[in-house]
Amino acid sequence: MAEEIKKEAPANFKPDSYRVTIDNITIEVPPGTTILNAARQIGGDVTPPAMCYYSKLQGSGGKCRTCLVEVAAGSNADPRPMPKLVASCRTNVMDGMVVKNITSEKVLEARAAVVEFLLINHPLDCPICDQAGECHLQDLGYDHGKEGTRYEFRRRTFEKEDIGPYIQLHMTRCILCYRCTYVADQLTDRRVHGILDRGDQAEISTYISKAIDNDFSGNMIDVCPVGALTDRTFRFKNRVWFTRPIDAHRDCDKCCGKVTLWNRGDEVLRVTVRKDPWGEVQSYDGKPGWICNTCRFDKKHINDWVIEGPTRINRHSVISQGHYLGFKKPQETISEVMGGRHPKLMMDIHSISDVNIVDISQLPGPATSNTFEKDLNGVNIGMGTNTGEKD
Amino acid sequence: MLTQRAKQVDRRPMTGLESIYLWNILKGMMITLSHLFKKKATIQYPEQKRTFSKVFRGLQVLNRDAEGRENCTACGLCAVACPAEAITMEAAERLSGEEHLYREEKYAVKYEINMLRCIFCGFCEDACPKDAIYLSQTFAPANYGRKGFIYKKEDLLIPHPIEQPEAYKKALGEKVVKADG
Repeated sequence: MAEEIKKEAPANFKPDSYRVTIDNITIEVPPGTTILNAARQIGGDVTPPAMCYYSKLQGSGGKCRTCLVEVAAGSNADPRPMPKLVASCRTNVMDGMVVKNITSEKVLEARAAVVEFLLINHPLDCPICDQAGECHLQDLGYDHGKEGTRYEFRRRTFEKEDIGPYIQLHMTRCILCYRCTYVADQLTDRRVHGILDRGDQAEISTYISKAIDNDFSGNMIDVCPVGALTDRTFRFKNRVWFTRPIDAHRDCDKCCGKVTLWNRGDEVLRVTVRKDPWGEVQSYDGKPGWICNTCRFDKKHINDWVIEGPTRINRHSVISQGHYLGFKKPQETISEVMGGRHPKLMMDIHSISDVNIVDISQLPGPATSNTFEKDLNGVNIGMGTNTGEKD
Repeated sequence: MLTQRAKQVDRRPMTGLESIYLWNILKGMMITLSHLFKKKATIQYPEQKRTFSKVFRGLQVLNRDAEGRENCTACGLCAVACPAEAITMEAAERLSGEEHLYREEKYAVKYEINMLRCIFCGFCEDACPKDAIYLSQTFAPANYGRKGFIYKKEDLLIPHPIEQPEAYKKALGEKVVKADG
């Protein structure tokens, strides 16, 4: 009897879960799970990095090759190793599969090579780039890359381009992950941008520079793993690690309205979706929390939002610098001792400092030299006279 | 006895010569006199100045490249590296026509160092990816008010290498700074 079942098993037996071992850690996952998602369930260093795969976008993945892993044993039925490294975002697990990620020399070597390839055309303009500090390619290069480059030829460069009034495209920085085109395909009703040309000439662009004016187009800024698509309303306003991320929400008839505000004091410099630990948009009740352009670009007043509390940032991120968990401002006791009199300030830095005089959060584009122009009385007149167009 | 230099106090009664004190005063004056002929330990400060060591960390200077364009791109790495949180800045985009003023498309339109906070550790110089800030061989001069210690960009910028070559050379000091960064 027992033997009969065993014999029939391969034909129509479908177990509820597959046992897969990744870097000597065994977990059970439902059939159809990719290796990458199985590794994400384990979490930590075991998870392969992913530049193009985005779990909330159908069809994404398989392009950047950073998630390559070694399959040491294919399955229980066929325990032979796979001959080449496989892209873990596109390979489903099998029962009894043994995967090696960081325990495999081959994988680490291949990943360093992939990083080198990705950085062939990527400029080293991180000091200028607004994505610096939250850039996946920065993290990837730091974790897996090599220090130098062997590339000696001319790099591919493009002029920067405004796609729509809010989004700026720096094609030079693009690594062609296609995430933004999937956003346009799946979130917005009509895609007006895509990949033009092929091979080394391939570039993301709108056809005849047609502006993107869709309500959810701003989400492609958040899915972009590098600084190719950036928020024009945040351009050069501040570095992300000097802003204070705060979870907030508002009632929005178009989207979930749950966002992260990136503040300087009470000025809302930028609004983004909330990110999960993998750098992807957070899901609520199984639905990804994309936000609409109204929430993202037009609600730049702190009063537009209901504040929930500071966003939890991974302590290894530079963004967490200066943000202390459970920080309580020490109570001022001097006035109590002095019978209600406050201590005399020897110097109020805000009366001397030139920084933070103009409310840059209200500018539609980056600040320029015009923004800080003053008339003869020293009153700021440049406010809003910069070239940023906003309708 | 804790040290070798400790001396037992001589409590014997004074001799006749000692009791008139003159002898001991003379002995003391001889020591004073001998110092007149020794090398002086002090210098006349404002007129004379000591040479600083090559690695002396003094007042910050914002550097320009050989064409006189500002190197700083307001990347904020100096401010994030600063343990005293003395540096603040505001960035702006370079307009067309300003290419001769700033090297990159982004520049620091405001740049302030609070010299009351600065501890001259030189981390800003280490962090700078553009060779835009370095610590010179002078120190922040004294000031009557606290206000004067908030150094703005105008106070920190090095003189223009083409328009004021002498002042530029003087500001560079003996430090080897790559002009093309």
